[in-house]
Amino acid sequence: MKKIATIVGAAMAVTAAAGVNASTLDSVKNRGALQCGVSDGLPGFSATDSAGRWQGLDADFCRAVAAAVLGDAEKVNFVSLTATERFTALQSGEIDVLSRNSTWTLTRDASLGLNFAGVNYYDGQGFLVSKDLGVDSALELDGASVCIQSGTTTELNLADYFRMNGMSYEPVLYDTSDQTTAGFEAGRCDILTSDQSQLSALRLQLSNPDAAVVLPEIISKEPLGPVVRQGDDVWFNIVKWTLFAKINAEEMGITTVNAEEMLSSDDPSVQRFLGVSGNMGELLNLENNWAYNIVKQVGNYGEVFERTVGKGSPLNIERGVNALWTDGGIQYAPPVR
Amino acid sequence: MEKFTPIESRPAPLVEVGIIGWMRRNLFSSIPNTLVTLFTAYMLWIVLVPFINWAFISSDWFGTSREDCSSGGACWVFVTVRWNLFMYGFYPEDSYWRPNLAFILLIVTIAWLSIPNLPFKKWVGIAAITVYPVVAYTLLYGGFGLEVIPTHRWGGLMLTLVLALIGIVAAIPIGILLALGRRSEMPVIKMVCVIFIEFWRGVPLITILFMASVMLPLFFAGGTDADKLMRALIGIIMFQSAYMAEVVRGGLQALSKGQFEGADALGLSYWQKMNLVVLPQALKIMIPGIVNTLISLFKDTSLIVIIGLLDVLGMVRQALSDPAWLGYPAEGYLFAAFMFWIFCFSMSRYSIYLEDRLNTGHRN
Repeated sequence: MKKIATIVGAAMAVTAAAGVNASTLDSVKNRGALQCGVSDGLPGFSATDSAGRWQGLDADFCRAVAAAVLGDAEKVNFVSLTATERFTALQSGEIDVLSRNSTWTLTRDASLGLNFAGVNYYDGQGFLVSKDLGVDSALELDGASVCIQSGTTTELNLADYFRMNGMSYEPVLYDTSDQTTAGFEAGRCDILTSDQSQLSALRLQLSNPDAAVVLPEIISKEPLGPVVRQGDDVWFNIVKWTLFAKINAEEMGITTVNAEEMLSSDDPSVQRFLGVSGNMGELLNLENNWAYNIVKQVGNYGEVFERTVGKGSPLNIERGVNALWTDGGIQYAPPVR
Repeated sequence: MEKFTPIESRPAPLVEVGIIGWMRRNLFSSIPNTLVTLFTAYMLWIVLVPFINWAFISSDWFGTSREDCSSGGACWVFVTVRWNLFMYGFYPEDSYWRPNLAFILLIVTIAWLSIPNLPFKKWVGIAAITVYPVVAYTLLYGGFGLEVIPTHRWGGLMLTLVLALIGIVAAIPIGILLALGRRSEMPVIKMVCVIFIEFWRGVPLITILFMASVMLPLFFAGGTDADKLMRALIGIIMFQSAYMAEVVRGGLQALSKGQFEGADALGLSYWQKMNLVVLPQALKIMIPGIVNTLISLFKDTSLIVIIGLLDVLGMVRQALSDPAWLGYPAEGYLFAAFMFWIFCFSMSRYSIYLEDRLNTGHRN
């Protein structure tokens, strides 16, 4: 089975490389719109609001790329993709960039003919516990019963974590994530484990969300980021630096609101960043105000984070490891110079 | 001698007629019957009363945000604020008249064909299968001066109907041809038909949709943007025609051999025999089977969710992940179920109506 998967993967990579050789940047410019692959519904990452507009961290990344390349954040065609077809859609050229909570792993990076352009959100497996339990840390969970979705990597991570810390637990297995939540709600288990970004959404679906709390511990690495096709380095650079620009903007304190007055800043690094001086945009084959457009129209990383999944959203996820490196997190971007 | 005066006829005793009589006869005729009746009534009571209370009495219907859902029952606001999305998907709002017009035209055509004694039936029928598809395609997709609206913006109930209708309209003729081919005495034609039918019938629809959306694009030259909806649609048509072929074959076999031989004896050609003698009788027998297949096709269209096309069910699921509206799955799924039920039930009533109209007394 593994062998077949490898062969199919390799065949896909070859076909993809042979098939799509036109420059992605040119085709986006000719089309006048970015084809962006998003998930078919994940709270806070990509979901439509009641007006039919795509909202979320992943959806806003699509807008940032469109702002950088086309100067207009609204020139995006969102293509909703399921987990199975997401990479094919990218390989076959149906989309230009995939921004769909995809975990960056070696296998995917090396064998699918794709490149991960960075990490938009550091996710990881976490725990949801009911407040009655009075637990503040996952290390106090010895002997707890845990609701898990069977057959997922979540199950393995959990076993590893508890064994490593010399604790015991009693698994309660379910088939789907809905059933898992229902089981937790019905009190069949003390804790529920899943990716932390999803726990916040699951918590809101409980009949009394305030009775449960997400613990701070993360026990696995799930770096989520945008993906592009291999072999088009111009486009790869653009997508990569769109992400870096959002992070750099937050570090320099440039926001949607103050972007315009920052244009007259004396700070040479801000000037370079916003395209007032230097030729940073040209080097990326973009307009010189590419980063200004991103920040002005979409916002810096922190703004987008708080608006979509953070304090400004119902999900209320803490910045945690997704804070800037200067604030104790690990979001770090190379300098624009 | 006293004159015989007949007693005035009196109405039957109250306990024997009307609703009470009916209940005595049907619900309380014996002790076991009475027990079953009471038990059923109790079950209905404990299920229906809370449901009606939840769905209608203490429910919220109007508003714009989840704060408007305060009465504790069903939050139908979730459905009403997204009504347009559930109906049209991401179709641009100022073009809603286009699918509306296409739908109204369709209803008018169907009504014209099914109401007896209206004139020009033949011409309307011909227009329905030749002109209407072009008109509908132009209205929905664009062209001839209308703005082009790419299929990835289609969704909701509109997409469900498009898939089901095209699937149905294309599958019936292909299915008839395949069935005739399978009964043919020409070995090559017969073999091709058998292989086609057995291949498509032997594969689950999900697999076909996956192949259409995941594998197929890899075989195209880069940049060839074969429409995802088109790919899915071709898969659905192939799948359904194989099923339809077997239903038609069943109908053909139900016809007595005498009909075929009689037509042959009259010197009719193959196509005359089929058109004038065999198919009119066979198709009538097949109506329940055909409608059965059509209803299942209608429901199967919701499988396209797995390839990221958002039909009415897909739009509902999509809406469930809006952070501002988390936690209303029951309302969403009930709404989707109700939509499907309306269309499937109408189809089944229409088939019963057709059967009655075409009934020539052979049914027993």
